[in-house]
Amino acid sequence: MIQVDGLSKFYGEHAAIRGLSFNIQSGEVVGFLGLNGAGKSTTLKVLGCVLLPTSGRVIVDGFDVTREPHEIRKRIGYLPDTPPIYDEMSVGEYLTFVARLRGVPQANVAGAVAEAERKTAISEKHEDVIGTLSHGYRQRVGLAQALVHKPKLLILDEPTGGLDPVQIVEMREVIKGLKGEHTVLVSSHILGEISQVCDRYLVIQGGELIAQGTEAELSDKLGSGGPIEIDCIGAAGPTIELLKKVDGVSDITLVKLDGQNLSLRVDAKTELRPALVKALVQANVAVVRVDRAAHRLENIFLKLTHGKDA
Amino acid sequence: MNNVWLIARRELGAYLRNLSGYVIIAVLLFLDGLAFNAFAVQGAAKKSSEVLADFFFFTSGIGMAGAIFLSMRLIAEERQTGTVQLLYSSPIHDREIVAGKFLAALAFLCLFFLGTGYMPALVAVYGKVSLGHVLSGYLGLVLVGASSLAIGLFGSSLTKSQVVAAVGSAVMCIGLTMCWLVAKVVDRPFTDVITGLAWYGHFDPFKNGIVHLKHVVYFALVTLFALFAATRVLEARRWR
Repeated sequence: MIQVDGLSKFYGEHAAIRGLSFNIQSGEVVGFLGLNGAGKSTTLKVLGCVLLPTSGRVIVDGFDVTREPHEIRKRIGYLPDTPPIYDEMSVGEYLTFVARLRGVPQANVAGAVAEAERKTAISEKHEDVIGTLSHGYRQRVGLAQALVHKPKLLILDEPTGGLDPVQIVEMREVIKGLKGEHTVLVSSHILGEISQVCDRYLVIQGGELIAQGTEAELSDKLGSGGPIEIDCIGAAGPTIELLKKVDGVSDITLVKLDGQNLSLRVDAKTELRPALVKALVQANVAVVRVDRAAHRLENIFLKLTHGKDA
Repeated sequence: MNNVWLIARRELGAYLRNLSGYVIIAVLLFLDGLAFNAFAVQGAAKKSSEVLADFFFFTSGIGMAGAIFLSMRLIAEERQTGTVQLLYSSPIHDREIVAGKFLAALAFLCLFFLGTGYMPALVAVYGKVSLGHVLSGYLGLVLVGASSLAIGLFGSSLTKSQVVAAVGSAVMCIGLTMCWLVAKVVDRPFTDVITGLAWYGHFDPFKNGIVHLKHVVYFALVTLFALFAATRVLEARRWR
């Protein structure tokens, strides 16, 4: 669906992206990750035919962005980081305008608008003036405009930006619902927000692609799946000594001690949860909780972009 | 053409739903009425045609100012709010965006010209007015309005700030008005060329009831040139 080869974009002397190359297959949901200013939005603007590249080749669904941008525009839906909505219009009027702008035949416009509203759960807001909607609904209207003409490719630039936790979950569900019908490229700098949605990730920093793959592939590449957290009931010293004997454990930290209630952090480069639980149970230590550290992808991301162990 | 119509309809809807458009028209009508009362009908006895010519004279200047205020938001606001990205990522040409916005603004400006209709009507009640003179004057007003809107649209395409767009467009319009001052200090043949650039010399016949093709062509050329320039600016922004 997307082939990017040696893409560079300069703003004057400043290179926003340089030598970017990647491919995205049809039907994939790909996360585009990077810190603010990494070049995510610029790349998405080039793919959305909003900006033209300084150099490099970008092919979307067989068409070149420089030579045949019009053909690409018919096939994509683009949601910029700020939803491109007109406050004075009602949701229905706006989506009708966008559908016609994107070439939906007059006879199919009403159906297309109703379907886009249904998919983004804004049907009840059809008559409402956009200027009166909450941020979450405005973001959904932005998403609805991107998919009203049933594009093959959806380009979503930070669709969860500025949403509250409940709205983020709702938006994630909406994006999940698009899987299968569209190829989706979704960017974010907050990884937890899209970690449950994407099949694969592209990580960009300083305008260059620094890693790509599934969450597991990225994790393996770094050789760490993040620390394991254990809550158990037992004597601190013997329990720590016991766990140190398990093959593969590189370090153990006592995070919290409350009488016999222990919270431990175990650093290991491989999956050791079964072995750790087995060792604890055999030593009659009551296990309350065993888990990988939260925000696993976040840790991977921070390591990739900063070399930090989060 | 379908896309031009789509853009024009949305843009006209934006004018009709926002208070600012009405405020601009109300202020223009107020100023035009004041000018008509203070200068056109006051003073020594005049022929109806002279009163009418004075009315068109004031209305052309006020219409030009109105065109600058109405056009300042056309592209600048879209860039400011980010909605220009919707247009850029849709399968429409930049020239269709420019044409649609221009036609909507022209239609809205024509509401102002329609609103001034009571003044020629008053002249007709108290004097004798030829319909040809009125139509010629209004044709001139629409042409001045169209060229000013096109210049305003070009100014609006240059910046995100509506204020800067209005100031820039005003400078361009004043430049076209003040050409005769420059013409005074240069030698022939530049005198004729620069004098020919000044819009007022081309409007003068219209206000007196005379329609000449060369003056229509002048306003059409200024309008098309400014719209072309605005289109090129939009295209160039994709490379930045």
